[in-house]
Amino acid sequence: MTGDNVSVLMIGGIALILFGFAALVFISVRRSHGFKRSFFASPYTLWMVLFTVVPVLLITYYAFTDSTGALTLDNFKNFWDSNYSVNQLYRQMGPEYEVLITRGYVNIGILVYSLWMALLCTAICLFFGYPAAYFMADRKMKFGAIIVVLFVIPMWMNFLLRTIAWMSILEDSGLINTVFHLLGLPKVQLMYNNTAVLLGMVYNFLPFMVFPIYTALTKMDYRLLEAAQDLGANPTRTFWTVTAPLSLPGVVSGITMVFMPSVTTFFIPRILGGGNTMMFGDLIENRFLFQGNWNLGSALSLVMMALILLSLGILRRVDPESEGSGIV
Amino acid sequence: MKKIWIILIALVVVAAAVVFFVVRARIEEKVVNIFNWEDYINEDVLGMFEEETGIKVNMMNFTTNEDMLVKVRNSPQSFDVVFPSDYAIERMISEDLLAEINFENVPNLQYIDENLLNPGYDPGNLYSVPYMWGTVGILYNTTMITEPVTSWGAIFDPQYQDSVLMLDSPRDSIGLALKYLGYSMNTRDPLELNDAKDLLIKQKKDGIVKAYQVDEIKDKMAAGEAAMAVIWSGDAQYAIELNGDLHYVVPEEGSNIWVDGMVITKAAKNKENAEAFVNFLCRPDIAQMNCEEIWYSSPNTEAVAMMGEDYTGNPTLNPPAEIVANCEVLLDIQDFIEVYNTVWLEIKSATAN
Repeated sequence: MTGDNVSVLMIGGIALILFGFAALVFISVRRSHGFKRSFFASPYTLWMVLFTVVPVLLITYYAFTDSTGALTLDNFKNFWDSNYSVNQLYRQMGPEYEVLITRGYVNIGILVYSLWMALLCTAICLFFGYPAAYFMADRKMKFGAIIVVLFVIPMWMNFLLRTIAWMSILEDSGLINTVFHLLGLPKVQLMYNNTAVLLGMVYNFLPFMVFPIYTALTKMDYRLLEAAQDLGANPTRTFWTVTAPLSLPGVVSGITMVFMPSVTTFFIPRILGGGNTMMFGDLIENRFLFQGNWNLGSALSLVMMALILLSLGILRRVDPESEGSGIV
Repeated sequence: MKKIWIILIALVVVAAAVVFFVVRARIEEKVVNIFNWEDYINEDVLGMFEEETGIKVNMMNFTTNEDMLVKVRNSPQSFDVVFPSDYAIERMISEDLLAEINFENVPNLQYIDENLLNPGYDPGNLYSVPYMWGTVGILYNTTMITEPVTSWGAIFDPQYQDSVLMLDSPRDSIGLALKYLGYSMNTRDPLELNDAKDLLIKQKKDGIVKAYQVDEIKDKMAAGEAAMAVIWSGDAQYAIELNGDLHYVVPEEGSNIWVDGMVITKAAKNKENAEAFVNFLCRPDIAQMNCEEIWYSSPNTEAVAMMGEDYTGNPTLNPPAEIVANCEVLLDIQDFIEVYNTVWLEIKSATAN
């Protein structure tokens, strides 16, 4: 796509917005001799069409074409076997290069690694997030509201800044190692490994686990707890038979809210992991920005989207009414 | 009847939008859009240029040539002057992205070292003016590495556990491995590339690599975060200024010697302003200001003469001729870059230990 096309598209896009707006005003005024309620949703609808539907269509187009625009499935073959293209080149170059032809596991490997990291991150967030939400929601706790505020305040800052801040805590010359040094303890390598990446992810996504559970717990009818106690259930039994099932929608929503961004994480592996590992988000970024291969990048994005839809579908089954959703 | 109304409104809106954009573009002030590397110019120079010429400078940054190429291909009209490296200039010429520079508007070209004019990447010197040049080498902390480093072998030596920062740039890092193995940095032989790949994966599995980074390296080294780093000479000089324990060396096997040029895109909207900007940067006092800010080697002979011993006596900036003789300029390897990219991703995604 040349630059001229881009400006034409931009002007066209803006014209389209204005035209759409004008048309909607016209139609709604004509139909009801006044503004219809649905008219007020039109800016949002247009926004969605322009910045969600159109990009998804473009990604789909790129994923199924090559750089010349011809239809092809090569991008998906390249996803499955990351050496697919270079193997073809080796075959063309001659028989002495046949030894180099192997199946490449780069994309699949990074995908499996991302899923594993996202799973770990979600499990850790649930492990720490549930008790946190439970105590925050407990009416007997005095400082519940304060803790809620403390959880919210860091979210006012951009996540990139908060991630970079972790660098100055974990570095060899960072906060923790400086304290260790003062105490006469040996230096520890905290950065540039999987643990640091996981830490960054848990730190960033923990609130998305805590708040849905917190909301589910505060919405809970406390008379049910009193009834359970009146009927002789001890606190443990009350928790497992009343509180836990009633907070399940919050848990499901929390898992969704943490798992989705975890799988698509990028930047954190580069900053805290020192680029020693890549997650699927980094891979997509690499294909687009550094290799300029929009077609393969789009194919990878499509695979990612399919996986997310699949996991959403699975979670739907656990929480059919999706009670916990729409909280954060 | 109603339909006609809708069509009319649509036409008016579209026409208004078009007129608005055309008029806006016309009445806009004089500008020049610069696409440069991160931290690669003295900011004061931009103010001086704006004051002297009345042309407003818009500065945008990139991190690697690959990243820059993608952006220029997608919207060439957004950039007037770009600062690509040698092989990227060759690539941009072959993709017809560049405009021939009208050197009548760039009289200060007379100050540029003749040896750097008419280079292999720009035959006839039609499209580019050298801005800075330099080498790729090893920067090491003499308090952590006691033996002197002379070979690329140092960054592949398993005794240095968890101590090397590698450059996250396929051409540079695969290139140095090729050089260490005695091959050319511009090889198109997949078997040689495969050897380089095995070497770099072994380096990772041996636990020598600490991280793969680009712009962060100079600050990490200055802070003493790592013992060794693969680095561009100017970044090395920047770190040495901040931390006297650091030492820069171009390994004896040879390395990459590169030139970053200034080019003007074919789609440039402000070609004359762009030429004025290129000319301004070639003025000796301005070239000196830039050189003293970013500490890469300057192609400007007059500026070099003005800096004197500070410059010529510094081996990082002014490497000895026998080292330069061992070095190679990166050439555009065209479609073969796909193999380099695939190899690099395989290295990056390999699991350590």
